[in-house]
Amino acid sequence: MQVVPEASLHRSLRLAAIGTLAGLFSGLFGVGGGAVIVPLLVLWLGYGEHAATATSLAAIIFIAGFAALTQGLYGNVHVLDAVLIAVPAVAGVLIGTWLQQRIPGRTVSLLFAGVLVLSAVELILR
Amino acid sequence: MTGAVAIGLAGGIIAGLLGVGGGVLFVPGLVIFLGLDQHQAEATSLLAIIPVAIVGTYVQDRYGNVRRGDALLLGLLSLAGAAGGVVLANALPGTVLRDAFAGLLLIVAGQFVRRALGSREGAAASAVADSHHSEKV
Repeated sequence: MQVVPEASLHRSLRLAAIGTLAGLFSGLFGVGGGAVIVPLLVLWLGYGEHAATATSLAAIIFIAGFAALTQGLYGNVHVLDAVLIAVPAVAGVLIGTWLQQRIPGRTVSLLFAGVLVLSAVELILR
Repeated sequence: MTGAVAIGLAGGIIAGLLGVGGGVLFVPGLVIFLGLDQHQAEATSLLAIIPVAIVGTYVQDRYGNVRRGDALLLGLLSLAGAAGGVVLANALPGTVLRDAFAGLLLIVAGQFVRRALGSREGAAASAVADSHHSEKV
């Protein structure tokens, strides 16, 4: 019986480390933090791919919400531009979760990596 | 504007597929297609992520994939880090932040390539883990 609270403390500490790291990433770079959360849930807490991506999305609601609020205090948030991005993105997330059950993760990962490299090059050359 | 809509759609699909917010696409999209500076783009991206994460979570929860307790704990424990990150971002010059962001994109890209190329070994490893698991059971 002693093992249970110890194990859950250990889990909580890991979750705290992942949360803090993801929060810093999110606030610093304006992203959700999922790129940190998903691999660490898999590696540190033994999550499967589906549970990791789903739980990450749920945590991101809090992270992005609080970070956006803080950015709002600095006057950096452009609400109309956010809506312009968010409306097609909400359609996209429905497609993405549907696709997740149907296509190989490997194909997605490589496509995603390609888009990221192009974006990085564009930003650096700017 | 068409570019912004396209990047929104692509970011959303990525968010659903990979469990990220979509910000790695939203930020460059807001800079490149809508002419925001790096600070504005990051702040605006964060706001756009919220409805994406809410809808994605709702759908995933219906599949039974969300571990609510862990998600809540993760979310609450991330708040201090998130505020700290925003303060740090606003203390940095836009050009430094933009180059650091580009570096982040390359690192994340590398991570996904590794994951994709290693997925066969990964599958083999998890098969081994499964057999260990069933031995224990």
